[in-house]
Amino acid sequence: MTNLEKFREETKNWLDKNCPPSMRNGADPDIPVDEVWGGRNAEYKNPESKIWLDRMGAKGWTMPTVPKEYGGGGLTKEEVKVLNEELFHIGAKQPLLSFGIWMLAPVLLEYGSEEQKKEHLPKILKGEIRWCQGYSEPGSGSDLASLSTKAEDIGDKFLVNGQKVWTSYADKADWIFALVRTGAKEPKHDGISFLLIDMETKGVSTKPITLISGKSPFCETFFDNVEVPKKNLIGELNAGWTIAKKLLQHERAFISNFGLAGAVAGAGSGRDVVSIAKKHLGEENGKIKNSFYRTEIASHKIKEHAFGLTLKRAGDEGGKASATASMFKLYGTEHNKKRHELMVGASGVDGVAWDGDEFDENDKNLTRAWLRTKGNSIEGGTSEVQLNVISKRVLNLPSQ
Amino acid sequence: MKLVLTEEEQFLKDTAKNFAEERCPISHFRSLRDNNDPKLWDKDIWKEMTALGWPGILIPEEYGGSNFGITGISVILEECAKTLTPSPLFATGVLGAFSITNFGNDDQKQDYLPKITGGDLTTALAIDESSHHNPADTEMVAKKDGKKFVLNGKKTFVIDGASADLLIVLARTSGNKGESSGLTLFLIDSNDTGIERIKLDMADSRNYANINFNNVEVSAKNILGDEETGGETVENILDIGRIAIASEMLGNAEAAFETTLDYLKQRKQFGVLIGSFQALQHRAAEMFCEIELTKSSVIAAMKAADEGSNELQRLSSLSKTMAGETLHLVSNEAVQMHGGIGVTDEYDIGFFLKRARVAEQIFGSSKFHTERYANISGF
Repeated sequence: MTNLEKFREETKNWLDKNCPPSMRNGADPDIPVDEVWGGRNAEYKNPESKIWLDRMGAKGWTMPTVPKEYGGGGLTKEEVKVLNEELFHIGAKQPLLSFGIWMLAPVLLEYGSEEQKKEHLPKILKGEIRWCQGYSEPGSGSDLASLSTKAEDIGDKFLVNGQKVWTSYADKADWIFALVRTGAKEPKHDGISFLLIDMETKGVSTKPITLISGKSPFCETFFDNVEVPKKNLIGELNAGWTIAKKLLQHERAFISNFGLAGAVAGAGSGRDVVSIAKKHLGEENGKIKNSFYRTEIASHKIKEHAFGLTLKRAGDEGGKASATASMFKLYGTEHNKKRHELMVGASGVDGVAWDGDEFDENDKNLTRAWLRTKGNSIEGGTSEVQLNVISKRVLNLPSQ
Repeated sequence: MKLVLTEEEQFLKDTAKNFAEERCPISHFRSLRDNNDPKLWDKDIWKEMTALGWPGILIPEEYGGSNFGITGISVILEECAKTLTPSPLFATGVLGAFSITNFGNDDQKQDYLPKITGGDLTTALAIDESSHHNPADTEMVAKKDGKKFVLNGKKTFVIDGASADLLIVLARTSGNKGESSGLTLFLIDSNDTGIERIKLDMADSRNYANINFNNVEVSAKNILGDEETGGETVENILDIGRIAIASEMLGNAEAAFETTLDYLKQRKQFGVLIGSFQALQHRAAEMFCEIELTKSSVIAAMKAADEGSNELQRLSSLSKTMAGETLHLVSNEAVQMHGGIGVTDEYDIGFFLKRARVAEQIFGSSKFHTERYANISGF
C-alpha cells in the first residue's frame, strides 16, 4: 500500500468514528442546522456542530495545508485532495466558516513573525477566535489607499482613532485585522500598516448597517483612543499596502468561488433558474415554455459553465492567487447577479415578494437574496476596479 | 479530466506556432488572395505540413499516422489560425481523417488513410443544403438501384469543396426533410460523372464550393458507416469538427486581441497613448476575460473528445458557442479600436473580421449551438 493509500484508509476510519451523524449525508432533517463561524461567543443550536468543529480543529483539518506547529494538518497537496474526496464522499458539512481562514491566515503565513503565527493561527484554525476585516472607510471605498484611520506611535503602543465601514459581522467578531495610517498621507500607499486589534479593547464599538435586502451582515466600526500593543503589527511599519493587496487577492478568489458555489448549491435547493422558470412560466416537452426567457437562460448557463471550467483550469494549472483573481471576482459576482435577475424576472410578481403570508417563503427569500447580490460586485473591490486591475496588471496597458 | 495540455500536445503547439510565424505570416494569405489562387491554399505549405505529420495526427500508426488525438490537431489549428494560415488541414486532417478512421471499413481505411497521411488526398465534408446549418434538413436523394445508389441534389458551402479529391456526402436514403433518421454517408470521388462544382467567392477568401449532383452513381461499397444511420455518424464527425473549428476561432480571437493590444500601446492621440483611456481599457479587460473562458471551454471539449466523455456533445456546443461569441466581440472591437486604418484593406485586422463571420457559420452558429446546449441540458 502506498503512503497515500494508507492515508486514505486512516482518513476514512477517522471520519467514520469522528464525523457526527448530523454532520454528514443522511442527517435527520429535523435537527437544526448551524452556520458555524466559531469565536468567543459562538452559540450552537445543534451540539454536534461544536463537536465536529472541535475534532476537525484539533486535527488541523480546517486548514489542512498549514504546518502542524501552527495548528494545521501539515498535509501535502495530494493528501488534501484525498481528504476532500473522503469528506465529499460522506457529504460532510464544512466545520467552520471563517474570514480568518479565507483571508488572514494566508497573509499571516507569508508576512507574520514566528511569534505571531504561533499566537494567532491555532486559534483561527480551531475556530476559537472569529475575525472581521477593517478595510473600507466612509471616505475610502474604491480608493482604499486614501484611508485615514490613524495609528499613532505612543511608545510601546499605537493609539488608534477613526472609523471603518462594511466590516462584515463586526458585531459578532472577536478580533479585527485593520489597515491604519501610520505614516504620511502622501504618497498614500506608503503610510499604511496592517494591524491586529482585539475587539474587546476599550474604545472599540460597532453599529450594524441595514441593507436594501433588509438584512444586516455589515457594521460600522469605531475606534476611539484604542490602545494596541506594538506586537500586533504585521510586517514592517508603513509596508501594510503590500499585505493588503495580497489579502484582497485571497478575498476576491473566495468571493468568486462563492458565486459559483451558490450556483451549484442553488441547483439542489430549488433556487435554480431553470426550475424556477419552468415552475412560473410553464414547461412544454421538457423545455421552458417562454422562448425569450429560455434563450436568455441558456446563454447565461453557457457562460456560467465556461466560467466553472475556467476555475477548474486555473486549479489544474496549479493556479496561485494572482492578477487573474480579479477576473474570477469580476465574473463570479456578475454572473451571480445575472442569475438572480433571471430568477426574479422568471418568477414574475412573486419574484419581488417582500413579506407576509400571501407569498411563499422561497419567493420572499429569493427577493432578499437578489438584493444581496447587488453588493457582491461592490464589496472586495468593485467590478470597475477589477477591470482596472486587469488592464494594468495583466494587459500592461499604460496609465494616464 | 485535467484541463491542461500534455507535454506532447504543448510540443505540437509550439512547433505549429513557429511554423505559422516563419512560413505563413499573414502576408502569405494576402498574396494567395491577391493572386486569385484557385485553391486559396499553397501546395508547398501543405507538403511541409505533411512532412511534419499533421494530416495524420488523427490516423492510427498502422496507416502511417501518429494518433495524437483531437487535442493535438486542435492546438495546431489554433496556432495556424493566428496567422490566418489557409490549408486543407481542417477539412482533410480533421474531418476526412476522423470520418474514415472511425467509421470506415478496412478497405476504405486501406484505400484512403495512407494517402491522407502522405498528403496525396484531400477531402471535403458535404452536409448543408441551405444558408443555415442543419443536417436533419438534408433533402438530397440517394436512390437505391441494386448494388448502387443514384444521387441527385445540391450541397452548399462545402469547405475545401472547390479542390478536394474525395467528398464525404450526406444524403437521404429514406424519410423526409427535417428527420435525422434515414440518412446515409457516402464517399465519392469528386471527379465522378454528374458532379458539378461551383467555386464560391466568400468574404474570408477561403476555399468553398456549392456542389450539384446530377444522377451521380455510387457503389454501395462506398457507404461510410452503415446505411440509414448517417444522421448519428455525422453528428459525431460534426462534433469533432466543431471543436476543431472552435479552436481555430480561439486562435483568431487571440491574435486579433494581441494585435489590438499592441496598437493601444503605440497609437497616440491627444498627446497620450490611447491605451491609457479607461473607455478602452475596460473593454480590453472584458475581451481578455471572454478569451480566457473560451480557452477553458475549448480545452474541456478537446479533452472530452480524446477521453470519450459522454459530455462530448454538450461541450462541443459550449465551445462553438463561446468561440463564436468571443470572436464576434473581439473582431468587432479590434476593428473599432484601430480606428480608420481598421477599415482599410491594406491593414490585416479586417481579415480577422471577415474570417470571423464565416467561421461563425461553420457547422452551426452560436444561436444553433445555444439551442442545442439547452436541449441537451434539459432547459
